[in-house]
Amino acid sequence: MEKFTTHTGRVVPLRRSNVDTDQIIPAHWLKKVTRTGFEDGLFESWRKDENFVLNQPQYAGASILVAGPEFGTGSSREHAVWALENYGFRAVLSSRFADIFRGNSLKNGLLTVILPQETVEQIWALVEADPTVEVTVDLEAREVRTEGITASFELDENVRWRLLNGLDDIGITLQQESEIASFEATRPTFKPDTTPVG
Amino acid sequence: MGRTLAEKVWDDHVVRHAEGEPDLLFIDLHLLHEVTSPQAFEGLRLAGRKVRRTDLTIATEDHNTPTLDIDKPIADPVSRVQLETLRANCAEFGVRLHSLGDVEQGVVHVVGPQLGLTQPGTTVVCGDSHTSTHGAFGALAFGIGTSQVEHVLATQTLPLAPFRTMAITVEGELPGGVTAKDLILAVITKIGTGGGQGYVLEYRGSAIRSLSMEARMTVCNMSIEAGARAGMIAPDETTFAYLEGRPHAPEGEDWDAAVAYWKTLVTDEDAVFDAEVFIDASELSPFVTWGTNPGQGAPLSADVPDPASFEDPQARAAAESALAYMGLTAGTPLREVSVDAVFVGSCTNGRIEDLRAAAAVVEGRKVADGVRMLVVPGSVRVALQAMDEGLDKVFTAAGAEWRHAGCSMCLGMNPDQLAPGERCASTSNRNFEGRQGKGGRTHLVSPQVAAATAVLGRLASPADLSPAPADGADARTTVEV
Repeated sequence: MEKFTTHTGRVVPLRRSNVDTDQIIPAHWLKKVTRTGFEDGLFESWRKDENFVLNQPQYAGASILVAGPEFGTGSSREHAVWALENYGFRAVLSSRFADIFRGNSLKNGLLTVILPQETVEQIWALVEADPTVEVTVDLEAREVRTEGITASFELDENVRWRLLNGLDDIGITLQQESEIASFEATRPTFKPDTTPVG
Repeated sequence: MGRTLAEKVWDDHVVRHAEGEPDLLFIDLHLLHEVTSPQAFEGLRLAGRKVRRTDLTIATEDHNTPTLDIDKPIADPVSRVQLETLRANCAEFGVRLHSLGDVEQGVVHVVGPQLGLTQPGTTVVCGDSHTSTHGAFGALAFGIGTSQVEHVLATQTLPLAPFRTMAITVEGELPGGVTAKDLILAVITKIGTGGGQGYVLEYRGSAIRSLSMEARMTVCNMSIEAGARAGMIAPDETTFAYLEGRPHAPEGEDWDAAVAYWKTLVTDEDAVFDAEVFIDASELSPFVTWGTNPGQGAPLSADVPDPASFEDPQARAAAESALAYMGLTAGTPLREVSVDAVFVGSCTNGRIEDLRAAAAVVEGRKVADGVRMLVVPGSVRVALQAMDEGLDKVFTAAGAEWRHAGCSMCLGMNPDQLAPGERCASTSNRNFEGRQGKGGRTHLVSPQVAAATAVLGRLASPADLSPAPADGADARTTVEV
């Protein structure tokens, strides 16, 4: 996983709630068997509208998405995270994220930051007035900073440590192999297994 | 203090608990399908890792598979590559796979329970958000992303953040014609698409206890539409009766030991939930969605709501854009909304009881002119059972299309899709923009409402239908003669 320490960039204000993963990356893109090449599928349907925020030239090259509540609701597709990353986003700010999307993002180094809705509204207003405004997302200090705004955010300490160091979850768990083996040895015999029967 | 059902199952699977770390949980059953697994297998390959427990892993093909001409090569080359990738990965890593054409093939969340693999007190994961379905058995079951799929393949465990618990207590009796689907749609509208965030829901109360296993699966299936981590129902005699004799259910002494354990999987009387929601079953009625998220629903008897009636500005804006996308006008009675298509199927409502319920409504009747009705069994086993009962003939006699098993029109990944602007009454689980095909409009409904809608060509419940003609139009009888 790519490390995340601090990132400064311009913002795309996405004034929508319940942005579901079918909007972030439509299902027909999920047929790909790679983790790359999803950037053109990001918000594919909405991007057909020339007024959609990603099509507005003043937001070109922005790397932080600031969205309404319940961002990432719906399917478990990690492709939604890959699409945002492939497009060039490093962080998404919202007042509420769907659980699976959030878990997926933090396993890929896409920082999802929970801020109060009032702060989200302030950032929207700020960048809509001046799209060149830069926002800093600082994971070490657990702060989002921009002109006139300093907002702290919470993140589980263990998750933060893994992100700051770009650690591989599987590698960490495999160090605990003996504990897994001990647990397996105590499993009751009535537990199911998938070995074909008959 | 006592523990909830979810806490008991969690505690029984903790491999490692350490301060400052998420608990490491053992996974009893890992279900795979073609869409969310290729990058996980590729990750294993790149790291030189293998699948730790092939004996706790099983794969099926469902999302991409066509429901017509399944004996021919898959027309879409990208879908074909994805299915071939799953086949190659399962062969390379030694994972049991049920491919298109196999008698055990079907939608992953239909296959697990019908094989008896989904059991009370187990942890079940799959790279699919509707894994919550399996919670109907008292399993702790949740959808995961591809990075986690890779993690489970390599270690048979997952580090998991703690959860909170929410009781959804439904007391009383469901009125006639009101189904598990109406119940869960009403729950989602009540608590919202984010209401369950961070929670494991436990559905309880007399109305839940009286549901069949298949109906319980419908309820738990849509826990994710309320944003929940998982949904569960305590196992009881209904659960045990469903499981007994299934291919992977325990036998003999193991069965007795299993049932003894399963009976302990109830929330203790002195356990405390972090949140509680109460619903009076007798107040429920057939429910439909009018918007583009599953929380935008209303009783069928209601009108399309006026966005101005929503106090919350986000909800108001969402309602405005939903009505624009759905092509609906505030104040229109939902019963006057006409449809182009009806879909009966999916991991929510593609089981035999769902097909029976829909067949009972269309039997002796005709699908309205200009309406296309697709009936897609959730698995090959469901299809075979339905054909044994003559349900396929009932559907085709009514003018519906009887298809092969798969995810079909639940999501736009296979040939079964809506055309732009088409409106569909669907027994599936998501009404997102474009979910059933670009520009398609979805109303989530129960199988009974879907079938009545097909007959009348507008959103309707079976109570709206005039009696079926008795003079020999009964397709099932005709076939048997």
